[in-house]
Amino acid sequence: MSDIASRVKAIIVDKLGVDENEVVAEASFTNDLGADSLDTVELIMEFEKEFDIQIPDDQAENIATVGQAVKYIEEAK
Amino acid sequence: MKLKRVVVTGLGALTPIGNTVDEYWNSLLNGVSGAAPVTHFDASKFKTQFACEVKNFDPTDFIDRKEARRMDRFAQYAMVTADEALKDSGLDIEKVNKYRVGVIWGAGIGGLETFQEEVTNYALGDGSPRFNPFFIPKMIADIAPGLISIKHGFMGPNYTTVSACASSANAIIDALNSIRLGTTDVVITGGSEAAVTAAGMGGFNAMHAMSTRNDDPKSASRPFDANRDGFVLGEGSGALVLEEYDHAIARGAKIYAEVVGGGLSSDAYHMTAPHPEGIGVVAVMKNCLENAGLKPSEVDAINTHGTSTPLGDVAELKAISKVFGEDAYNININSTKSMTGHLLGAAGAVEAIASIMAIEKSVIPPTINHSTVDENIDPKLNLTLNEPQKREVKVAMSNTFGFGGHNACVVFKKLD
Repeated sequence: MSDIASRVKAIIVDKLGVDENEVVAEASFTNDLGADSLDTVELIMEFEKEFDIQIPDDQAENIATVGQAVKYIEEAK
Repeated sequence: MKLKRVVVTGLGALTPIGNTVDEYWNSLLNGVSGAAPVTHFDASKFKTQFACEVKNFDPTDFIDRKEARRMDRFAQYAMVTADEALKDSGLDIEKVNKYRVGVIWGAGIGGLETFQEEVTNYALGDGSPRFNPFFIPKMIADIAPGLISIKHGFMGPNYTTVSACASSANAIIDALNSIRLGTTDVVITGGSEAAVTAAGMGGFNAMHAMSTRNDDPKSASRPFDANRDGFVLGEGSGALVLEEYDHAIARGAKIYAEVVGGGLSSDAYHMTAPHPEGIGVVAVMKNCLENAGLKPSEVDAINTHGTSTPLGDVAELKAISKVFGEDAYNININSTKSMTGHLLGAAGAVEAIASIMAIEKSVIPPTINHSTVDENIDPKLNLTLNEPQKREVKVAMSNTFGFGGHNACVVFKKLD
């Protein structure tokens, strides 16, 4: 797993209180990992802080799974 | 319209001197002080470096880790005591009409720590508004009853009353009136507060409201003592299940006491100072007796607001003398704040629980830390000093007053 993927995973485990094994690339934050609308906003903010990037709202709307988050961050870095 | 009768069928407490009602009550009878050096933050530069904190509390013992993280401490405390009170009541949540179960809570401030953290983060940043999406929902004072209703599905009236240190007494009175008027069958009420934070301590210190007895925290809260120098900040929560009398009888519930009345008034005098003659306090106790249909001679016990401030304690006792006259000498007057410190918006709830338990157990908890007589206090008043006093308690009153001049008084009666 890339460094970015493992850091993304750690944030998700911490913020959503889910088991590490559940945080797979295709897992959806809302459908699979129990996130509500506030959780997803918080996750995006945590990614911004951790990786020192800006994720505009219209882009954030397209980040619905773990894999999409990792891909977006890899491209943004 | 005939008013319904209202009884207490469940209790929950999380306090600086005990994390359940049983622990709290035992500590009250044993004269335990909850004061100790502050552990929630570094208070070494503060004028007051001690407080009455809740001890050995891990929210994840009670609440799922993810849920707990979305709650300020004041809401965590509320959830835990509401659960204790509901369990104690034996109410079968699946059988009640949930549209007729309300949650009316009290909080003087709400999520002060959450507010402090978020605003501090903003101030330390570059001006970008990076506020957490949980900032507002964690902080607002009404989230505690909201969360209790979400957990249990209660769909009746749901809100928080805010009147500083009278908040949870206001909540209890609103709960009483809701059931009396037939709007609800059951109301989970009480209050919680978690203001032992840098902002809370610093703010109260700036007002010169708190004791600075840093060399001996345990004796700092000394209501009615000549050398009292201010209140001791406390935190925690108290919860009560109030229930319509016939509803409680029909399900064979254990009944602690009847809630027979509530009084409300305002000092209309000063933002923080009590009226020196206690005119608002006289009014609130008179209102309360009238509301309950009680004569002054029927009151056995008064748990005072008694915060251990130089002005407030004397004004309250003068007011008691005015309202009760010669009967005041037959009343056990006490201040459980001598042990718990001042729980602000939760004070009315935890002190109501002390009054209810005094009725239940026929003993009045003491006012501890009294060593020097204050010559401004009538020596014939029985202030229940230093030792608990056994007596049958048929009627017990609980006073609370808040910054802003808010006064609220609740009276409980042994069930006939």
